[in-house]
Amino acid sequence: MTTQADLEVADHKVVRDERVKERNRLQRLLIRPEMGAGIGAIGIFVFFLIVAEPFRQASSLATVLYASSTIGIMACGVAVLMIGGEFDLSTGVAVTFSSLAASMLSYNLHLNLWAGAGLALILALAVGFLNGFLVMKTKIPSFLITLSTFFMLAGINLAVTKLLAGQVATQSVSDMQGWDSAQKVFASSFTVFGVSIRITVVWWLVFTAVATWVLFKTKIGNWIFAVGGDAESARAVGVPVTKVKIGLFMFVGFCAWFVGMHLLFAFNTVQSGQGIGNEFFYIIAAVIGGCLLTGGYGTAVGAAIGAFIFGMTNQGIVYAGWNPDWFKFFLGAMLLFAVIANNAFRNYAAKR
Amino acid sequence: MTATMDRPTEEAPSGGKVPLVELKDVGKSYGNITALKGISLRVHAGEVTGILGDNGAGKSTLIKIIAGLHQQTDGELLVDGEPTKFTSPADALGKGIATVYQNLAVVPLMPVWRNFFLGQEIRKKSFPWSLDTNAMRATTLTELSKMGIDLPDVDVPIGSLSGGQRQCVAIARAVFFGARVLILDEPTAALGVKQSGVVLKYITAAKEAGFGVVFITHNPHHAHMVGDHFVLLNRGRQKLDCSYDDITLEHLTQQMAGGDELEALSHELGR
Repeated sequence: MTTQADLEVADHKVVRDERVKERNRLQRLLIRPEMGAGIGAIGIFVFFLIVAEPFRQASSLATVLYASSTIGIMACGVAVLMIGGEFDLSTGVAVTFSSLAASMLSYNLHLNLWAGAGLALILALAVGFLNGFLVMKTKIPSFLITLSTFFMLAGINLAVTKLLAGQVATQSVSDMQGWDSAQKVFASSFTVFGVSIRITVVWWLVFTAVATWVLFKTKIGNWIFAVGGDAESARAVGVPVTKVKIGLFMFVGFCAWFVGMHLLFAFNTVQSGQGIGNEFFYIIAAVIGGCLLTGGYGTAVGAAIGAFIFGMTNQGIVYAGWNPDWFKFFLGAMLLFAVIANNAFRNYAAKR
Repeated sequence: MTATMDRPTEEAPSGGKVPLVELKDVGKSYGNITALKGISLRVHAGEVTGILGDNGAGKSTLIKIIAGLHQQTDGELLVDGEPTKFTSPADALGKGIATVYQNLAVVPLMPVWRNFFLGQEIRKKSFPWSLDTNAMRATTLTELSKMGIDLPDVDVPIGSLSGGQRQCVAIARAVFFGARVLILDEPTAALGVKQSGVVLKYITAAKEAGFGVVFITHNPHHAHMVGDHFVLLNRGRQKLDCSYDDITLEHLTQQMAGGDELEALSHELGR
């Protein structure tokens, strides 16, 4: 009884004070994870403005943005997963898997394309769940688990397509129900100041904005950083580590589905072998954008900038009239440079 | 039977106040191995109870019983005078007994304030219920300064703080989320002299704020600086149970170092 009174000495009050906001905004801006990528993006942009004449036109920028967006939507999911401390190598073929599934389910079962897309979404989420579940249950590194998924999906893509369609590409679905509305959502264009812009650019920005908000302004975001930074500590303070990580893999599945729908409704038929190797582009975009391979550090905006650098280099080489065979060399060199630069930035941030 | 004989007079040192946590003749055996036997101690509000012992003395087993990780096989555990058996750490936490383990459970790359509120984030009351980051920053700052830690910026990653400061943040977190009894598992073991000082000051601040503190250490100097009450464990038995006034640092150190055995040894070596 008397003990209770003694305990009131320390009051556990939540303090709200408008004066205690973020300090040193400029300094903090300089050490943000995506700062290196931001400076790099401006440099590359100026570089191509100088060397490539066609790059200066507004329509070229629209093309660059389109190339960035298809990588960027997926890179957003991959970056969030990487912040959560995991890795997914199956993303490239997962995109193709989703569009093949939507196309063939609709075609063979005579469904509305929206119904096919819905079933494909369930499959994509199931693949993500399986990846996450296996990683958490077996404690085997996600690199190995998703490498297995990568090969299994690549095999399924080819084998099932050949089995059902009799060829390596799916049949045309452009005359089926739901095509027009789905195309509007996933693959239309609109005109701004006389320049035609693909809708995926808008979706890319929406994905990035939502991911940024979730990462920094919600409970879930706090948990994502925590499970990536130190899963054991996170568990000790009550963060549901397994659920968060499985959720992240499923979010990657959702992103793959979304890009897959874009491919289907932009190109009508889907090649079963495509997408292999794209997983590296997504990872490169995330890493250039400042995500740490070991988890717990990075931003969605960084991944978007990384994807933009990818799009600029991809198209800029063509506009500059160079041999596009060199593209991958430049990409590799840029990744190396970005990793070293990001590392230097981070060390500076830690020392300050 | 033998244990009850040398048990000190009950509840005498605190003038009849009910201890927050009390152990009466507690023992723990794993199968036929006896890890602890006949442990009796009391943790009062506003007091530091130092538990000393060498490696393997049974310190960690004792904390695990108080923290709810294990259950005692003999004797009684009383919380606020009521006999209790904890079934889980959450159970102990619900009664206000918080344990700060050596690894601290912090995420090094995350800012101090995010670590402080990790798992118990504050959200705004209205749509879209985003995190109330300003409230969390200000609260972290206030709670830390209340205990004498002045951080210029709670946005720095907690990994960039010194070991002592990190320890203090972990303790402050336990305090803020409703702990009445703090169990500190060797908080100064991995720290230098200066950083240990920070933690010891903090322990004193927590004590003065009315918390009951259980301070586990194998350093008699640290224990003597902040402790009000000392319990010495040796090979699972309680060797000493006395208050600050009854013991000098020399005596405590000597007891800790092996006491009579050491004396005999030094005599034998003849130096």
